[in-house]
Amino acid sequence: MGLTVALISGVVFGLGLILSGMINPAKVQNFLDFAGSWDPSLAFVMAGAIGVASLGFKLTLKKAKPLADAVFHIPTGGEINASLVIGAAIFGIGWGLVGLCPGPAVAALTIGGRGTQEFMLASMAGIAVVALARSLMGQSRSQPQPETHSQPQAQK
Amino acid sequence: MAVSEFTPLSSLSGGALIGASAVLLLLFSGRIAGVSGLLRGLLPPYTGDAFGVSLAFLAGLVAAPVVWLWITGVPVHLESPTSSWTTLAGGLLVGIGAALSRGCTSGHGVCGLSRLSPRSLVAVPVFMATAAITVFILRHLIGGGPWG
Repeated sequence: MGLTVALISGVVFGLGLILSGMINPAKVQNFLDFAGSWDPSLAFVMAGAIGVASLGFKLTLKKAKPLADAVFHIPTGGEINASLVIGAAIFGIGWGLVGLCPGPAVAALTIGGRGTQEFMLASMAGIAVVALARSLMGQSRSQPQPETHSQPQAQK
Repeated sequence: MAVSEFTPLSSLSGGALIGASAVLLLLFSGRIAGVSGLLRGLLPPYTGDAFGVSLAFLAGLVAAPVVWLWITGVPVHLESPTSSWTTLAGGLLVGIGAALSRGCTSGHGVCGLSRLSPRSLVAVPVFMATAAITVFILRHLIGGGPWG
């Protein structure tokens, strides 16, 4: 059941990207172009997504566990470190350069032509390089943050 | 450079669909609908059902334009980047950056902000700022982009 719902979630996510116009890199880049042809649509996408998800997440996380798994796999560390800030900065440069990020790039794989496919391959290579570097340094992706969501003694 | 039409209603409702998808994935699989994290889930080491869930979600995402065409009868409109060094460099930076900060527009932007994650509250303004600066340099100082 979990895999079927994950597949449906992926389709719904993609339909949302298409309906909102966010599958179109030119439209995303126009949001980022405050000095030129500014298109505020992306802010409305974020408002719609966060509006639904913040309420849905709150209700979902009241449950002891998800419907098709034993635990919630949610990062709980919350540590602000250099790799977070530097990584976000690097991500933004790439996002601005092309107007594509992983979600729309995957959704447009079959219709976005060779440029989109090459962007996707390059992204995957970037993800793999960091994963490899982390494993060589003995730091797996789920550490140091525990993966479960219940943390009764998080605050002293 | 293409000027895009401001689409508040379809963007708001498309956003709501994205939010609903994220809730669905969390409710059933207990996972965050962050696309860079799910792409990471395709790579070893494999723990639990991370690989299966990632593959299923990403397959649905790839299939979405076909489902869209089937439902609406209208092909998806988009202006794609050209095959170029800029596109390749952008892809590499996006992959490295998302992996380092453990999240992208969907993971930090949609899911992280929805649960007020302190890390996402830092990551989103940072990547919005560097992206806007990059577009400013690209369009107004250099005058170009991967659309040729």
